[in-house]
Amino acid sequence: MEQPMELLGRQEVWNIAYDHALGETASYFFTQIRDHGRIFGRRCAQSNRVLVPPRAFSDETLLPTTEWVEVGPGGRIEAFTFVYEQFNGLPPPPYAFGYVLLDGADTALGGYFRNVDLTNPREAAEKLAIGTRVVTKFAEQRKGDVLDFWFEIA
Amino acid sequence: MSNDRVGIIGIGQSNFRSRRDDASYPDLVREAVVPAMMDAGLDFDAIDAVVYSLSPDAMVGIGNAERLGVDAVGGRNKRFLRINTGGATGISSVTAAYYHIASGVCDVVLTAGADKVGECGDSQTVLNKIWDPTYERALPLGTINMLAMSAVRYMKRYGMTEEDMAYVAVKNRRQASLNPRAHLRKTVTIDDVMDSRCISWPIKLMDCCPQSSGGAAMVLASEKFIRDNKLDAVWITGVACRAETYWMGDRMGTNPTAEHADAYALGRSFEQSYKMAGITDPSKQVHVAELYAPFSNTEYHAIDAARLVDKFGDSIKRLRDGEFELGGRIPVNPSGGTLCTNAIAVTAMARVAETALQVWGRAGAHQVPGARVGIASGNGGDHQIFGTMVIEA
Repeated sequence: MEQPMELLGRQEVWNIAYDHALGETASYFFTQIRDHGRIFGRRCAQSNRVLVPPRAFSDETLLPTTEWVEVGPGGRIEAFTFVYEQFNGLPPPPYAFGYVLLDGADTALGGYFRNVDLTNPREAAEKLAIGTRVVTKFAEQRKGDVLDFWFEIA
Repeated sequence: MSNDRVGIIGIGQSNFRSRRDDASYPDLVREAVVPAMMDAGLDFDAIDAVVYSLSPDAMVGIGNAERLGVDAVGGRNKRFLRINTGGATGISSVTAAYYHIASGVCDVVLTAGADKVGECGDSQTVLNKIWDPTYERALPLGTINMLAMSAVRYMKRYGMTEEDMAYVAVKNRRQASLNPRAHLRKTVTIDDVMDSRCISWPIKLMDCCPQSSGGAAMVLASEKFIRDNKLDAVWITGVACRAETYWMGDRMGTNPTAEHADAYALGRSFEQSYKMAGITDPSKQVHVAELYAPFSNTEYHAIDAARLVDKFGDSIKRLRDGEFELGGRIPVNPSGGTLCTNAIAVTAMARVAETALQVWGRAGAHQVPGARVGIASGNGGDHQIFGTMVIEA
């Protein structure tokens, strides 16, 4: 029988650094978090909905948002997952993260849940059930980033 | 709308495997194109346009890989268009091919592509980059985590359990074992799935699609061309696509338009394609469905959105009762579906191709006997862009 031919490969790595501008709306949002530990959304005057994270326009009314509204620090869990797998470029597992509807907001904001025992995911899922009250905690050293804050069970 | 229908006259799919070390990227595209052209019985001269199916470049690691694909699809000196709607890319490409013909501009259009996700190593590295760099990129987002959160909301609304998710994996793996082209063909048990390692709770390893390499191609033609040349065909009688908001957090909270547990825009897309095909009661009129579902839980909201059940969440019990397996009332993903094969650039094209083969009566060991009306869907991006089709014999 014929020997299978030798098949070759080559490794290639993509490593591109981008210097993204955040724009006016996100810059305000993150400076408030960095300097004051406060979270703001933007209200659409027509629908009265407060969008968090804040956006310059509403995807529903297609009008510019008009007002900054402080939201949180309390809120309720809208979604969560617990990650047990190591993904390239993501933090070492396990960790919990998800989305929280902060008080005064109409849309949910993503963030980590901390101080949750993830040994047993089913038990953790009961503790972080959708609707559970949480409070936003802020890091002492903040740089103006979504990682400056996280959520804990209230 | 004109009375001129658009038919499918040729289908080619490679075998899908983790890696294809014997084939370069364009070789893999050609591996699907050649059988599709032979199936259609046409020469490349007959092709008026090529729609190239290619999702994120980073998945194959070749920037604008459609450049490299032009030769493999016989695209020189022809109309050529690349489509990318993430996971929906394949069905979006068939849709674009459809409109080339329905517009009256072209008679025969080839759509084709391939992916080599197995060479990427960690597709979630690429998929994390589909989130915006402003607000969400720093979070550990990926398609698995995103759809794990859809699962958690579906559990809350409709009572789905982890075991219910396992039932989908067991069904689709069993069906894939009958499909020689499928990537994961080993049957599994409920216990196998429940005991597989947890990735992003409640999604476990066997609730996940594989990272596949392979290609797909289809040839579409106008009804006039098909009649004039006495070709065999099946017909695309309904076609639609819909998008919804980028913001996952807007699919929760107070009164969301598109609930993250469900597939809202997929439902609207199905409504439109059913209307076009004159289907008023899909649960009675559809014989087979190939619904894009890369994780077990997402098959439930796809079945709901396709209205194969009376109300959302009924899919859970009915799937467990066997209604959606081969031999059941409306087999869903008889090929094994996306859960058993996911070469992202062509996965949603495979949904269309498999549906076409079913209503053609050419699906082989996973044929649904007597199927005449089938549906296909594709989901792309952050569960955000959807395409649907009705295909009839």
